[in-house]
Amino acid sequence: MTTQLTSGGPAAGRRETGPLVAVSGLSVAFSAGPGEGSGGIVRAVDALSFELAPGGALGIVGESGSGKSTAAYALLGLHRDTGADVTGSVTVAGHDVQAADDAGLRRLRGGVAAMVFQDPLSSLDPYQAVGDQIAEVYRVHHRDASRREARARAAEVLDRVGIPDAARRARSRPHEFSGGMRQRALIAMALACRPQLLVADEPTTALDVTVQDQILGLLRELRAETGMGLILVTHDLGVAAGSVDDLLVMKDGRAVEHGPVRDVLHAPREDYTRDLLAAVPRVNVRRETRTDGLPQAGGDDSVLLEASALRREFGRGKRAVTAVDDVSLTVRAGETVGVVGESGSGKTTLGRMLVRLLEPTGGRLSYRGRDIGGMKERELRAFRSELQMVFQDPVSSLNPRRSIGESIADPLRAAGKLDDAAIVARVRELLERVGLDPASYHRYPHEFSGGQRQRVGIARALAPEPKLIVCDEPVSALDVTTQAQVVRLLGELQRDLGLALVFIAHDLAVVRQVSDRLVVMRGGRIVEEGPADTVYERPAHAYTKGLLAAVPRLEAAEAPA
Amino acid sequence: MTGYLLRRAAGALAVLLVLSVVVYATFYIAPGDPARLACGPRCNPGQIAQVRAQLSLGDPVYLQYWHFLQGIVAGHDYSTGTALLHCDAPCFGLSYQNNQQVTDMLIERLPATASLAVGAMAVALLLGTGTGLLSALRRGGITERVLTWLTLAGTATPVFISGLGLLMLFCAYLAWLPFPTYVPLTGDPEQWAWNMLLPWAALGLLESAKYARLMRSSMLETLAEDHIRTFRAYGVAERKLVTRHALRGAVAPVIALSAADFGSMFGGAVLTEMMFGLPGIGALLVHATTTLDLPVVVAVVMVTGTAVVIANIVADVLYAAADRRVALR
Repeated sequence: MTTQLTSGGPAAGRRETGPLVAVSGLSVAFSAGPGEGSGGIVRAVDALSFELAPGGALGIVGESGSGKSTAAYALLGLHRDTGADVTGSVTVAGHDVQAADDAGLRRLRGGVAAMVFQDPLSSLDPYQAVGDQIAEVYRVHHRDASRREARARAAEVLDRVGIPDAARRARSRPHEFSGGMRQRALIAMALACRPQLLVADEPTTALDVTVQDQILGLLRELRAETGMGLILVTHDLGVAAGSVDDLLVMKDGRAVEHGPVRDVLHAPREDYTRDLLAAVPRVNVRRETRTDGLPQAGGDDSVLLEASALRREFGRGKRAVTAVDDVSLTVRAGETVGVVGESGSGKTTLGRMLVRLLEPTGGRLSYRGRDIGGMKERELRAFRSELQMVFQDPVSSLNPRRSIGESIADPLRAAGKLDDAAIVARVRELLERVGLDPASYHRYPHEFSGGQRQRVGIARALAPEPKLIVCDEPVSALDVTTQAQVVRLLGELQRDLGLALVFIAHDLAVVRQVSDRLVVMRGGRIVEEGPADTVYERPAHAYTKGLLAAVPRLEAAEAPA
Repeated sequence: MTGYLLRRAAGALAVLLVLSVVVYATFYIAPGDPARLACGPRCNPGQIAQVRAQLSLGDPVYLQYWHFLQGIVAGHDYSTGTALLHCDAPCFGLSYQNNQQVTDMLIERLPATASLAVGAMAVALLLGTGTGLLSALRRGGITERVLTWLTLAGTATPVFISGLGLLMLFCAYLAWLPFPTYVPLTGDPEQWAWNMLLPWAALGLLESAKYARLMRSSMLETLAEDHIRTFRAYGVAERKLVTRHALRGAVAPVIALSAADFGSMFGGAVLTEMMFGLPGIGALLVHATTTLDLPVVVAVVMVTGTAVVIANIVADVLYAAADRRVALR
């Protein structure tokens, strides 16, 4: 039933009786570049086989580095001319992707199978109107279509994915769209040529929960309406659970488990799947009670940091934007305050003010009774070591040209209390404390995985023996398993060292796993605050209820059929 | 946009004002008495005193500087003892060498310099971006290797050697071209072009390699961006990926650099002008410096400074036009 795709016949619109996607024995290998040492070969995908029935939906899940995206790229032949060695067979809607010539492959891409990428901002051409980009794709596959027809189709699909006033907004450039609208626009581009298969690579990872919920709903709707097949690649089992029929769990390039969603979630056969499931943070499960009682037995729980009517504006005059408005908050020694909200809610600005990386433009901020809100940099220096921050992006917040040991040593050198030998000894101790090999002092950030890099970031924050650490989205760049490990590490550190944590995140489930108290922010203000369990179980504010309702849940899908 | 341009113009004026103070100081730092220099080597003390009075050199320094600025903005009157000479704004004074108005001398020299700058920039851009694009898209081809070698050789060779080589090859040995003599564009456009060919080639080659490098790295960087991958995944052909999606982003830094370079060519192409005997501003500057003709030196520096400042504003505007995400404020 395999038809060779050559520069002749029509590509789209065939009806196939066989599976929509048939992958058998697929292997993708990259040669490791010079400097990787072995000069060997990295097998990103290893002997992978699966099928997808027409109109079916398959979720490919796994940790980062498991080869799930590499496998998805192979469906569109995107490894061609990249130096990757692809073997095995990939058939999409009857077209042999491996054997297709370049022109045939171009017709397949977008016409038969369309791809939606992860980062909706960088995945659109910044210089061109969104509608023009969709129209261009349409004309690649409909050569006889006029510009006007292509524009009309672009407006039609933009309207279909829920862009308001689509005909007019089609003339906007990507930077004029919000994150959610950009992802809708990318989905519209995928729809433009009525493909039989949609391949979505982490389509919601860069989005807030509420927007994620809308996008996943849109994908379900479109599938029901057009009957196209869906392959959803994600590290988040919760995202996959509600949107697909079958799950394929990948590890190190191999499929470890494959079956209907309910079976895989309810009765996983493999340990790896069980670990993956256990790592998924549950928004409706209480935080594990601490074995040694609340804020550290015998420890003090005095007020550490107190903010009252804190305010921060950016810009001046008409362009002024108030990022944080009238926020009052106390953090006690040894407790964790979770801060949640959508992007733009002022979480990060608040976090930066709490450690005085930013100066508040109004209100009062006191640390152990001293007003640090308007303090000059010289006076602040005495408090710097006690207030530390862990940043979201473990890649860009470490200097790539310095060894990690040097990066961790920086705050110690700045404090100037220890001599060189003592600093090196302390850094080794810190590396061990966060679960890294002390011998990795002289290694560079690119040699570490995302989770390890975040451990380095935590070690750096711990170095000057702080009393309070503000963690700004510390795990949102990591996959669930690594997330769980880093969250566990933070919990241990807090227990052992009596640290106070302010944990900022958009993922409500993760925040629940660490927080004693919870603050919900919206538009720069606090809309709800209270003990974490109370807020999660009996949210008072409509906004909190909306956020909680948008969190994808595994439980419904886990229940036996 | 208008507000932005007004603010930039105000900034440019401030820069030029500072420049004028620094340059005006050369009158007092340069060796020799300005009055003696202006009067000439065979003047007697009486004549020097007369010139000193004419040039108001006895006034306090700040007053002299004020008159200098006034001359640029509103013009100036000079008495040559017998007659009153009016120097129209912008007036940079009179040349010490021949009492000619410096402004007239500059205007006379501008066409040759402008001819050289425009043509050389065109050569540098065509050769540089062409080579850069080739080495980004078809690395290793014979054309790419020859062009890359040529631009690097052109940049590595001082213009008085490459210029001499070009002259010997094309004018003396092959005799394809006449030895260049400057013919004004308005006089005979065809002869103008033939005579400017070698100066353009020499200066263009000198500038080309940096454009090749910039174009290459900028194109490779753009091609690695996510949005290129998107269109590749939708079946857009490679050639169109480059022309429709990558080129626009990739040329933005090239445009910005070339505008700034263009400004500095208006006073900086001294060697090329000397080499080919072009009667341009660079040659004027060399002559004025060797004869300590201070008003001319000051004027050339001011004009060059103005060209660089304006070119930088143009560069920023062009950059913003190429990349709509850049907001001019």
